[in-house]
Amino acid sequence: MAIGITRFGAYIPRLRLPRAAIAEANAWYNPGLKGMAKGERCFANWDEDAITMAVEAARDTLGESSRDDVGQLVMASTTFPFADRQNSVVVKEALNLPDAVAAMDVAGSQRAGTSALRAACLGSGGPTLVVAAEKRAAKVAGEAEMTTGHAAAAFLIGEDPVAEFLGAHSTAVDMVDHYRSSGEDYDYNWESRWVREIGFGEIVPNAVKEALSRLSLKASEIAHLVVAGPSGIGARVAAQSGISATAVADTLAATMGDSGTAHPLLLLADVLERARPGEIIVVVGFGQGCDVLAFRATDRIGSVRPLLGVRGWLARRAEMRNYARYLALTGALDIERGIRAELDQQTAATVLYRNRKAVLGLIGGRCTKTGTVQFPMTRVSVARNAHEIDTQEPYPLADLPGKVLTFTADRLAYNPNPPLYFGTVQFDGGGRLTADFTDVDEGAVDVGMRTRMMFRIRAVDEVRGFTKYFWKAAPAFNAKVA
Amino acid sequence: MARGIRDKVAILGMGCTRFGERWESDAADLMVEAYVEAMADAGIDRTQLDAAWLAVGFEATSIGPSSIPLSIALRLPNIPVTKVENYCASGTEAFRGAVYAVASGAADIALALGVEKLKDTGYGGLPVRSRGLVYDMMSNGGTAPGNFAQLAAGYRARHRLDAGDLKRAIGHVSVKSHANGAKNPRAHLRKAVDIDTVLNAPMVAEPLGLYDCCGVSDGAACAIVTTPEIARSLGKTDLVSVKALQLAVTDGWELQGDGWDGGYVNTTRQAASRAYQEGGIRDPRGEISMMEVHDCFSITELVTMEDLGVSAEGRAIHDVRDGFYDADGGIPCQIDGGLKCFGHPIGASGLRMVYEMYLQLLGRAGERQLKDPRIGLTHNLGGMPSQSVCAVTIVGRHGE
Repeated sequence: MAIGITRFGAYIPRLRLPRAAIAEANAWYNPGLKGMAKGERCFANWDEDAITMAVEAARDTLGESSRDDVGQLVMASTTFPFADRQNSVVVKEALNLPDAVAAMDVAGSQRAGTSALRAACLGSGGPTLVVAAEKRAAKVAGEAEMTTGHAAAAFLIGEDPVAEFLGAHSTAVDMVDHYRSSGEDYDYNWESRWVREIGFGEIVPNAVKEALSRLSLKASEIAHLVVAGPSGIGARVAAQSGISATAVADTLAATMGDSGTAHPLLLLADVLERARPGEIIVVVGFGQGCDVLAFRATDRIGSVRPLLGVRGWLARRAEMRNYARYLALTGALDIERGIRAELDQQTAATVLYRNRKAVLGLIGGRCTKTGTVQFPMTRVSVARNAHEIDTQEPYPLADLPGKVLTFTADRLAYNPNPPLYFGTVQFDGGGRLTADFTDVDEGAVDVGMRTRMMFRIRAVDEVRGFTKYFWKAAPAFNAKVA
Repeated sequence: MARGIRDKVAILGMGCTRFGERWESDAADLMVEAYVEAMADAGIDRTQLDAAWLAVGFEATSIGPSSIPLSIALRLPNIPVTKVENYCASGTEAFRGAVYAVASGAADIALALGVEKLKDTGYGGLPVRSRGLVYDMMSNGGTAPGNFAQLAAGYRARHRLDAGDLKRAIGHVSVKSHANGAKNPRAHLRKAVDIDTVLNAPMVAEPLGLYDCCGVSDGAACAIVTTPEIARSLGKTDLVSVKALQLAVTDGWELQGDGWDGGYVNTTRQAASRAYQEGGIRDPRGEISMMEVHDCFSITELVTMEDLGVSAEGRAIHDVRDGFYDADGGIPCQIDGGLKCFGHPIGASGLRMVYEMYLQLLGRAGERQLKDPRIGLTHNLGGMPSQSVCAVTIVGRHGE
């Protein structure tokens, strides 16, 4: 039975910073940035991290398909919010996957994403959801600020695939092209020419050639070569491996930047959107060695589509030219926050555990006698004139579209990206929630606006280093006032 | 319906501090200030008090837990003292406790006092606080003005209003209150403002600008209540009695169920309906002489006019702009300046409203005195429009 990718998807945050804005703001300090000032980079809103982006990529992948048979969940990142609280389990709760899931975090290298995908394809134990998400911090006026982006990608691995897994070859070589020690925020990079010459000039092509040989694939058969890395590096790897230059996949450098360990997977998701039956795809992951994975698109390719997919997320963009605002939203600026930011955000772990289905999964209740939907689920039903006791069954609300009933733009509230838009959302089919809004443009909200719920950071307990998550309302992908 | 408390309890005396930034005063100082005035007005001494109720909204910053701070500050003679908190209806809740004690016969004379020290919190506006560990996890980051601004969105959609028309109408609410407050020496904000100032003020929570929001202040107010018979035996001739006192608390339907459109306040409608029944009011627009309603935000006052049944459905915007609630209008509203000019020391506000009704009914309101008022209504709304507690009190001349 063929194993491979059965579903695929991605997530790219909505905010885009033109690279020219970075170059202009920092010209006094690093005029050399001007040479890189083309296109734009994407960046996560203040309320997004690897976990929230992983959730969106998984939702993009899973769509309305059943989640009940997902048996394993693997999440890859080098920017996990938690060092010891399994990040993939938070993703699992947000996705409302069954409790009987084997969850695992994979970290430690830019290769974590491809290694997780490789392990899932080689493993067994029921359909496996593989998610890679990355939110790398970049120092002000450094090259990485220009080249990086934040994003996530996800795949469902199982039988009857759209892209059959043909095999993989990996090497492990301690080449310290860059590193980030535990507890540090930023990468330390060695000379980029050396990385090109030895990393992408020797380690990667050698691994690709060995992989093709072991899998009995001819270089000329490769229709798509996915290599994330510095500008032009894919063409070089292709040339040295004998693969056609036309097979090199777009790295999306112009429109979003490099999303680290998520990037090869995101590029693969992009390729799968236009791959044709029979085409062979080679995916490379580089970092202290190299992963090379090969897939063949099956006749089913084209029959399964992500919710938005890479191109859809790229089209859902909001340009933000204000460099200071970008710095504040990415946490690089110690902006005056005022006394309202001082509220103690301590989380009672007992309360979170009891209410995890509601808080992380946005599970409401539906009265089995009256059909009334409510959030949260309570013992006594809210249904008017029928306050039944213990008649409710769990009712997931996260994926239900809704519309704005009431709202405001609150300028008194503390919010890292003011004003705070919040209001009451009425879900289609019943149930409502007064929630913060996110990813909204000023003046674009009105009563009746269509909404989509998104899993986001609600607040951060900075005293105790704990990120608090909850669901927020965002304008629907094609939001219109109903 | 129960028989109610109509005319069973009379107000023996009242006191109210100057509201404002009382940098020089602790909560205990404010309690004493309101108490001294009320006791002098009542003409009794502390040994005649049988029970007391204390209202505080933000207990941590104002006085801390329990009723002990009131008992110590006033040196009450070891009588029962109860502390109550019910959001912005807290002051009226203390009043309700004292009134019910007298109506039941459990106490001959009871005291209700509300106090708040908001200006020790470091905040402009109300402080941020927890609503409980469970609620907080599934909540939003909005503030009080943000919560009440939702009402503007809901009301505008409910009646298909132009945003600019509604903005100008709620602007008139604030202009009117400032004009009234300018005449009141106990008010915090004593400056008249014009409509352009209101409309062009910085935005706090759309569409509420700075002048659509009530002030934030320190203050205390106190009421001493007894039976009409005891009041007469103590030498009082003109009596103000309680006609109705009703409280309605949400069952969560507005926020959790379906059907509420966000354009009115359900608890106000419930409380008002019960209060009119208890007080024998058949035609509120015709019978009520004056009102002090919960104008925490201008939009709240406007919407409340319909919820109280004084303006017809959808007509509040016209009544407001036609001046029906102005000092010289059909039913003067916020004749003392309202929360808008007094600010809103949570625990004190409900009692401050009753204080103004009491002064007006006894003809003691000085420059603000209305001509021959008979029935006064006060209204408090706590929480937020979607999850609220509402108190409606009706007072009037005893024997009418």
